[in-house]
Amino acid sequence: MIYEVFRQERKGQPFHHAGSLEATDQTFAEAYAKEFYGRRGESEALWVVPREAIIEVEDFADELNRNYHRVDGYSLREKLKEARERAGRALVARDR
Amino acid sequence: MNEQDVRSLLEIADDELVLGWRDSEWTGIAPFLEEDVAFSSIAQNEIGHARALYELVARESGTTADELAFDRSPGEYRSSILVERRLLDWEKTIARHYLYEMADAQRLDELMQSDNPEIAGLAAKIDREEAYHRMHAQMWFDRLRDEPRFTAALDELRPLLDAGRDEHSPELTELWEEMTMVRRSQPAGTKW
Repeated sequence: MIYEVFRQERKGQPFHHAGSLEATDQTFAEAYAKEFYGRRGESEALWVVPREAIIEVEDFADELNRNYHRVDGYSLREKLKEARERAGRALVARDR
Repeated sequence: MNEQDVRSLLEIADDELVLGWRDSEWTGIAPFLEEDVAFSSIAQNEIGHARALYELVARESGTTADELAFDRSPGEYRSSILVERRLLDWEKTIARHYLYEMADAQRLDELMQSDNPEIAGLAAKIDREEAYHRMHAQMWFDRLRDEPRFTAALDELRPLLDAGRDEHSPELTELWEEMTMVRRSQPAGTKW
């Protein structure tokens, strides 16, 4: 069985994925996880999770391309550029 | 440190050195990758324990850890035949690992009670690492306890625990040749 191991570097910090390992059961998985990700003092704690227990979600429909729902959907740089251009045109018009 | 202390420290050091070598023979060929890493790390720990024990004895007797580890003749080693055996079956290797760790725990317990604070302190340090070895041995024992080939291996190897330390197997001489080959290729005192 494959186990995924998550590692916390210091108390209070989030756990990050460290890697995976193969073990016949939970006891072996724990021992190997300690061996691979803990024996050099690099971890405060580990989460050892059977890969099957992880629910993977990767299907995010966005058929109508509603990009304003997304963080990157509103490009500040582009909007600024547009605004500067508009302001520039206004200045030119005024000076004329 | 009295003569008996030196004797028992050398017994453990020789056991750990020889077993470390034998266990390291699985590096790269253990039954699966995870176990390869775990078992190699145990082998390395054992050699580390041997070094610490040799250093303690060496300070007492005005020699060095390397000289104690490599410059004696095979007949002068105090290792047990159990650790000398070259075991190429995994079930036998695990059986030896289990038998050794259980016996080693008793021995370390006694050393931790020593009146000599250096001996007691080192034994306690070593025991903290051995606790992991015992856990590893126990989990394999629990997994294989009903396997006939494993119980047969236990029965075969158990008597070696009481075999005494004056007689050695030819396998120790073979191992010694290998272990000291590089060191013997240069005159004594060569700095590496």
